[in-house]
Amino acid sequence: MEQVFANLEVFAATLLKLAREDSDLLVVTSDSRGSAKLASFAKAAPGQIVEVGIAEQNLVGVAAGLAAAGKRVFAVSPACFLTARSFEQIKNDLCYSNRPVTAVGISAGVSYGALGTTHHSLHDYAALRAVHNITIVAPADNFETREAVRAAAQLPSPAYLRFGKKKMPHLPRMDSAFELGKASLIREGRDLSFLACGETVAPAFAAAELLAKEGIQSRVLSLHTIKPLDQEAVRKAARETGALITVEEHSVYGGLGEACAGLLLQDGIHARFKIVGFPDDHTATGSQEEIFRHYGIDGAGLAQTARDLLAKR
Amino acid sequence: MFIQTMALDLYPPSNSNMLTERDLQRKSAQYRKALLKLIKACGAGHTGGDLSCLDILNVLYNRVMRVSPETFKSPDRDYYIQSKGHCAEALFVVLADKGFFPESDLENLNRYGSRYIGHPTRDVNGVEQNTGALGHGLAVAVGIALAGKMDRKDYRVFALLGDGELAEGSNWEAGMTAAHYRLDNLVAIVDRNGLQITGSTEDVCQLSPLDEKFESFGFAVQRCDGNNVGELVRVLESVPFRPGKPSLVLAKTRKGKGVSFMENVAKWHHGVPNDDEFKRAMGELEAAEAALA
Repeated sequence: MEQVFANLEVFAATLLKLAREDSDLLVVTSDSRGSAKLASFAKAAPGQIVEVGIAEQNLVGVAAGLAAAGKRVFAVSPACFLTARSFEQIKNDLCYSNRPVTAVGISAGVSYGALGTTHHSLHDYAALRAVHNITIVAPADNFETREAVRAAAQLPSPAYLRFGKKKMPHLPRMDSAFELGKASLIREGRDLSFLACGETVAPAFAAAELLAKEGIQSRVLSLHTIKPLDQEAVRKAARETGALITVEEHSVYGGLGEACAGLLLQDGIHARFKIVGFPDDHTATGSQEEIFRHYGIDGAGLAQTARDLLAKR
Repeated sequence: MFIQTMALDLYPPSNSNMLTERDLQRKSAQYRKALLKLIKACGAGHTGGDLSCLDILNVLYNRVMRVSPETFKSPDRDYYIQSKGHCAEALFVVLADKGFFPESDLENLNRYGSRYIGHPTRDVNGVEQNTGALGHGLAVAVGIALAGKMDRKDYRVFALLGDGELAEGSNWEAGMTAAHYRLDNLVAIVDRNGLQITGSTEDVCQLSPLDEKFESFGFAVQRCDGNNVGELVRVLESVPFRPGKPSLVLAKTRKGKGVSFMENVAKWHHGVPNDDEFKRAMGELEAAEAALA
């Protein structure tokens, strides 16, 4: 069986490869090189890593300045801090000033599940979706992570990339191409669609496999790019399957689900529709897996959501 | 887009190659007049702070910095980051004079659809970074300076900070990084006019002693009269003050400098003179310029 890694590890390895090809590529960290698995990067390319200490606003501001002077910068920090504490720096210094910096939110969502709300990032899609000029990407597995890092390094504008720290299984895919803004088809089906992103694609796929045993064929799409959304893939899924379940490691407010709902409603496309994510409540704690199960973001939970949705007429 | 408005007629022709101290003083007077005309014409502006930092901008662009419209895209140019973005009018007046864009463009300042808005943006030729939210400029300047060190370039980075914005903690984060990386190609200039919108900076949230604070953060600090072009030239031409340390210029200024009834009056933080005030202000500035002829 092929070895699996955390997306984080794939990110670090991909970045080192890119850094060897481009001496202007820099990584900026806020005492986060250990948690970002960048220790070996720091050893292999000590001249291409900049440490700013535990100062996330400074992390993004300095990254913007480095980019202004022609550097290709990846600014790395836990997603919870990066997208909250330095939100204004992302908005102004990166997006408004159009600096091609990739802000990398590590240990995103509830990866730090037992550490509580301070360490959860369930707001980041919503916050950043409302900011002009940023590409938002949550890769599902090792393949998408590697491709997303490579693609982000080529972008002429800012990006936000987020992933967790758990080992991620390789997902089957119907097409080996990867393009930012284009959904990846993980599984074909005509009875309903799971539109998932990031580390919820794997449980969506698990649900699809369970449902298949009952004769329900689900389409599974990895909408790795939350913005710009692959609108055509969402429309097509609604038209062809008639029932949609969006899944995200994020609040049900303002994320992938509402992006899809807004699109379909405004286009006059009617489908049975359910947003699965984190409710507006005090977030449960535990491991990422336990929290996912708590909110029904696991194979069994999502399969049940699908049965309930299909039972609606 | 062109909107018919009062002709600004900002600048009499002058030769700006290596201006003398007296030339610079005259330039400051001309800039002040141009600034007030601009604020009067567009009906908005951060008048007090514009007037306090104009001499600094004058000396930077006319004596110290190695940047011009021709070299603005050069990777070897000196960089200017205006962290106190609300004083965009002062920057625009100087950039227009330096030929970064036609003076007539400023007739559109703050107009619907204009790229000349109330803060610096990269849509305006000569502007390096979009600012306006306070406490952002120094970190960006640190990043540019750090890239310069990495690439062994000899450009310098000048960042203009307001004193009120030093309450933003991000400045001190950036300051630590500047000292940590020994960025002696970085020059932070504090426009120390002592006033912010609510009143005295010391009453709002005590900043003093700023020299000791910055020294303890690893900067080499020099004080000067920030409305005295001669002192500014001497100080800014002597950077870095200490090899291996970022430089900080604590430029003591007067908010509203050059217009007697605006000087040191907090209400002129932003405000447009009425017709009578405008006439009086222009009269004072004309007299100041004439005295330098």
